Amino acid sequence: MAHHGEHHYNLDQRFDFTASIKKSILTVLVLGTILLGIGVILAISSGHNEEGAEAGVHVFHWYERLYASLWVNNVFFTGIAIIGVFFFAIQFAAQAGWSAPILRVMLSLGSWLPIAGILMLSTFFVANHDLFHWTHSYLFDTTDPQYDKIIDGKGAFFYWPMEKGTFPVFYIARMVIFFGFWVFFFNKFKQISEQEDQLGGSTHWYKMRSWSAFFLVFFAISSSISAWDWVMSIDTHWFSTLFGWYVFASWFVSGLSAITLIVLFLKGKGYLEMVNENHVHDLGKFVFGFSIFWTYLWFSQFLLIYYANIPEETVYFVERLSSEVYGPFVFVNLGLNFFLPFLVLMTRDSKRHGVFLKLVCTILLVGHWIDFTLMVQPGILGHNGGVGLMELGMFLVYGSAATFTVLGALSKKNLIAKNHPLLEESYNHHI
Amino acid sequence: MERDTHFILGVYDDEDVLLHAVEKVRGSGVKIHEVYSPYPVHGLEHVLGYKRSKLPIAAFLFGMLGISLALTMQYYMMEFDWPMIIGGKDYGAFPDFVPVSFEMTVLLAAFGMVGVFLITSNLKPWAQPRIFDLRSTDDKHVMAIDLATNSSLDLGKIKEILTESGATEVNNKSFE
Repeated sequence: MAHHGEHHYNLDQRFDFTASIKKSILTVLVLGTILLGIGVILAISSGHNEEGAEAGVHVFHWYERLYASLWVNNVFFTGIAIIGVFFFAIQFAAQAGWSAPILRVMLSLGSWLPIAGILMLSTFFVANHDLFHWTHSYLFDTTDPQYDKIIDGKGAFFYWPMEKGTFPVFYIARMVIFFGFWVFFFNKFKQISEQEDQLGGSTHWYKMRSWSAFFLVFFAISSSISAWDWVMSIDTHWFSTLFGWYVFASWFVSGLSAITLIVLFLKGKGYLEMVNENHVHDLGKFVFGFSIFWTYLWFSQFLLIYYANIPEETVYFVERLSSEVYGPFVFVNLGLNFFLPFLVLMTRDSKRHGVFLKLVCTILLVGHWIDFTLMVQPGILGHNGGVGLMELGMFLVYGSAATFTVLGALSKKNLIAKNHPLLEESYNHHI
Repeated sequence: MERDTHFILGVYDDEDVLLHAVEKVRGSGVKIHEVYSPYPVHGLEHVLGYKRSKLPIAAFLFGMLGISLALTMQYYMMEFDWPMIIGGKDYGAFPDFVPVSFEMTVLLAAFGMVGVFLITSNLKPWAQPRIFDLRSTDDKHVMAIDLATNSSLDLGKIKEILTESGATEVNNKSFE
C-alpha cells in the first residue's frame, strides 16, 4: 500500500540470546562432537591404513579425511561470513533502502571471520602436506624422480620470493592479507554503524558508501584469488578460469540462505516487526536468482570442459562423475542446489511465506556444503572420501559454533541501525 | 432521460486522494469500471481489488512447451534425421542440448507471454480504444463508472459519492 502512515516501531530492540537458545545450539554442538568422535573411531578401525601400501605411491591415513573435513568447513563457513559483509556493502553501494532493518543481521555474519581465519591458518600449518599436493618439496627438485614440470611452473604463485618447495610465503601472505583486510573492513563497518546510532545524520551513510566501494573492489579480487588458493590449488595440475566465480556463487547462495534464515528466526521470536512479507520476498528472490546463477556457472564450467574433451581438463569431472563415491553426489548437488530451489521458489507465494523459505534455505546450506565437499575431497582423498559420520559431525560442530558466534554478536548491539536514513523507505517497501 | 448517459467520470488531481476515493466509492457499493491515470499509481490495483495477473502461469506453460519442443527437435535431428559425431560424444548426448533448450524455453516463454498479454488486454492493432478523458494522458486521474453495472443505484447518488470522495469534476460520457 502506498499509504504513508505513521510508524511506531521499537528501534532499540536487542536480541535476547536466552539460555534456552544457547542450550539448543550447544546440544547440536555436543551431538556433532559425538558424531565426529564416532566417525573418527570408525575411520581409525576401518583398516584403510594399509590400502595402497604395496603400490608405494601414497598411503592413505584416516586423519587425511579429518583434515579434508576441516578444510571443507573452513572454506564453507568463511564464505558465509564474508558474504554477510559483502551483501552489507552491496546495500550501501547500491543505495538500497528496502534492506535497512536487516543490515545488522548481514553484518553479524562477519563476526565469524576472525575465528575462521585462525582456524584456516592453523589447519594449513598442521595438514599442509595432506591437503595440498604442491606443498611437497620433491615436486620442484629436478633431480628427484617425482619432479613435476607443470607444478614447478606454477610454484612461484605459492613460494615467491622464497625458493620453490620451501616455505609458501606468497600463499600464506595472501591468506593473512585477505583475512586481515576482511576483518578490518568488517570492524570499520561496525564502527561507522555504531557511530551512526549515537550521532545520527546522513554523514555516516555517505562514509559507509565510500568504505563499501573500497571493500567491494578488494573483495572482487580477494574472493577470486582465495578460491584458487584454498580450493582450486588442491587439484594442482587442473585449472578453470571461472573457478573464482563458481566458488563465489556457492558462497553467495549459502550466505543469502543464512541471512534469510536468521531474519526468519528473529521474526519468529517477535523481533524485526517492520520486516514484512515484502522484505522476505526480496530475500527469497535473491536466493532463487543466485541459485540459478550458481547453476549457470556450474554448467558453464562443465559444458566447456565436456565439449572440448581435453584430458588435462576432463580429469576433474572424470574423478567425480565416474567415481562410485562422488558420482551420486554430483547429481545430489544439482538436485538440491538447482532443481529444488528453482521449482519450489518459482511462485510468488512461496517467496513470501517463511515456511517454504526456511525449508529451501536449510536444504541449500546443506547442498552447498556438499558442493564444497565435492570440490575439496576428490583431490585430497581420491576414492577414500565420502560423507559419513565424521563429515556430518564436523559440519554440525562448525555450524553450531558459527551460529553461536553470530547470534552472540547480534545480541550485543541494537538489532536495527536506528538512525539509518533509509529506514522510512524500507517501512513503506511494497512489491 | 439521464440514463442515456453510459458512463460517469470522476476526475481527480492527486494520487493519494484518488487511492482513498477508490476505497470510499467501492465501500459505498458503486462498481468501478476502470481508473485511467497518466502514470502507474502504486497500490491502485490493490485498492481496486484486482486479482493477481495469471500471466506467470502462461509464461510457465509456454516455457514448458519451449523446452519440450527444443529437446524433441534436437533429439530427433541428432538421433534419427542426421546423426553426427561431435566431440566424440553420443548422438543424443544430453548436455549438448542444454543451451538450445534453455534459449528455446526463454524465447517461447517471452513470446507466449507477450501474445497472451496482447490478446487478454484487447490490444489488437485494429482495436478502437475508448478514450474517456484525454487529460488522463496528461495530469488527471479519471475514474469511470459504468451505469449499466450500477443500475440499482440512483444517478444523483453516484455523483454525490464521487464529489464527496474528492473528485474535482464529475462528468457524463457516452460512446456511439
